[in-house]
Amino acid sequence: MSATSASLSERWAQRLAPFALPLALLVAWELSSKLGWLSTRVLPEPLAVVRAFWTLAVSGEIWQHVATSSWRALSGFAIGGSLGLVLGLLTGSLRSAETLLDSTLQMLRNIPALALIPLVILWFGIDESAKLFLVATGVFFPIYINTFHGIRAVDKGLIEMARSYGLAGWPLYRHVILPGALPSILVGVRFSLGLMWVILIVAETISAQAGIGYMTMNAREFLQTDVVLVGILLYALLGKLADLLSKGLERWLLRWHPGYQTPART
Amino acid sequence: MHPYELELEAAAIGALTPVTRDAARAAHTITKAPLRLLEPRAPSGSAVDAQGLSKSYGAREVLRDIDLRIAPGEFVALVGRSGCGKSTLLRLLAGLEAADAGRIAFDGATQATSPNGHRADTRIMFQDARLLPWKRVLDNVALGLSSKDATQRALDALAQVGLADRADEWPAVLSGGQRQRVALARALVHTPRLLLLDEPLGALDALTRIEMQRLIEGLWQRHGFTAVLVTHDVGEAIALADRVLLIEDHRIALDQRVSLPRPRSRGQAAFAQHEERLLDRVLQQPSHDTRAETPEEFPVAASALRWAV
Repeated sequence: MSATSASLSERWAQRLAPFALPLALLVAWELSSKLGWLSTRVLPEPLAVVRAFWTLAVSGEIWQHVATSSWRALSGFAIGGSLGLVLGLLTGSLRSAETLLDSTLQMLRNIPALALIPLVILWFGIDESAKLFLVATGVFFPIYINTFHGIRAVDKGLIEMARSYGLAGWPLYRHVILPGALPSILVGVRFSLGLMWVILIVAETISAQAGIGYMTMNAREFLQTDVVLVGILLYALLGKLADLLSKGLERWLLRWHPGYQTPART
Repeated sequence: MHPYELELEAAAIGALTPVTRDAARAAHTITKAPLRLLEPRAPSGSAVDAQGLSKSYGAREVLRDIDLRIAPGEFVALVGRSGCGKSTLLRLLAGLEAADAGRIAFDGATQATSPNGHRADTRIMFQDARLLPWKRVLDNVALGLSSKDATQRALDALAQVGLADRADEWPAVLSGGQRQRVALARALVHTPRLLLLDEPLGALDALTRIEMQRLIEGLWQRHGFTAVLVTHDVGEAIALADRVLLIEDHRIALDQRVSLPRPRSRGQAAFAQHEERLLDRVLQQPSHDTRAETPEEFPVAASALRWAV
């Protein structure tokens, strides 16, 4: 009886341990704000951030910004990601496509997407297409490179086996090569999802009429540090959400993989 | 040309191993129509006639001018030291690689040895099971089947190797022996007339090996396909094969018929005799320099030597 309750509380302690430090920091932050050690110009108290979030949520303003930003992020991801996937599959599968394209793409890869901002503003102005372009170029390369390497790293023995069992062309691709490359492709997707938000944040703070970035830059002009913090926390939450999504995707698509299987009871 | 008298008569079909009996029972409970689609067809085995096969990798010669004839339904084992080229010979038969010279005829029909010449009635089992880890066991067995009854046939094949109850598992959770049994089922589902086995039992523990040997022997007797087994285990070769070929110095150095009645037991005196003789022969491979460089005549004129007497 006592043994089970001890193990139960132990398990709870283990589950709560990761949250101990953030909670302590939060308490210290709140205390130092309350005691006047921390000016609201530098950092508002946590409660003020919560209040700001509440008012923004009630007025509905925040949802509109979140929706705008999410739409930009996802459309950019869809465009850049699918291009990266298609080109990665192409260069990974065909030697001729590799010699033709790969060195050029590897060269372009070394240019940070954000270095293109001046050029992008000249090309697209400051409207939506500029942001989509930046996000798309940013997410393109992680997916492209990981797809390429995924295809190349597919077990040659499996391909040989499948060929000797009469598979060729599209069936070979669908049953052997694509699933074999999938773990690597998903690594690229996860990288890209992280990068997607980083690029969007920068793009939105430069010029926008809506979106989370616009909201924070606007708040900065009025010294509303609490709203700025709400924006930052929103980015953190959305980033975490994207990460959870890609993790769930991996769990589902790679459920055959020993690394994603719960150890069998013996 | 010598006749290929088969020792099949001695091998009663009823000599089912425990494994296959389990398989039959499992098939009955699951499919209700056990082993219907995989019943042996006649004529079952391919005849293989290879002539003048040579293969080199760069400067390294592996096989030189190999002639090999295998009768329909015969079980042939290729033995030899590692790196002797026995696996290469099997890969040539499988069409996985092209020979530099020579021709292989199946059932009398000669065909060019091209790497794309995969024959629908030839199946190969590799040393590693090579199951697709992202497909469940049943889908692995059904790989390459397109007919409507593919699932049923795959289930039947799984039942024959005693794994019908694992059909929905991922390959990752199976043991090494179970994976090889799935690979065997995957080969059998195509009702091959020539089954090539590339050291499929090499990585298994001793007990699993014996179990697998009995399973392979039982299925071979049932279906009557021609089998070529590459192995480094002389005992395994004697236990299974009608003929044991020793590959040495790029060629077939020994072609020994094993006429022991089946099922063979390692306890038999004749078995041990066969095994010992073959093992001795494999191990006594003379080193190259003593044999090749025996001088026929004194290479240096006697007058050119300085005598230190």
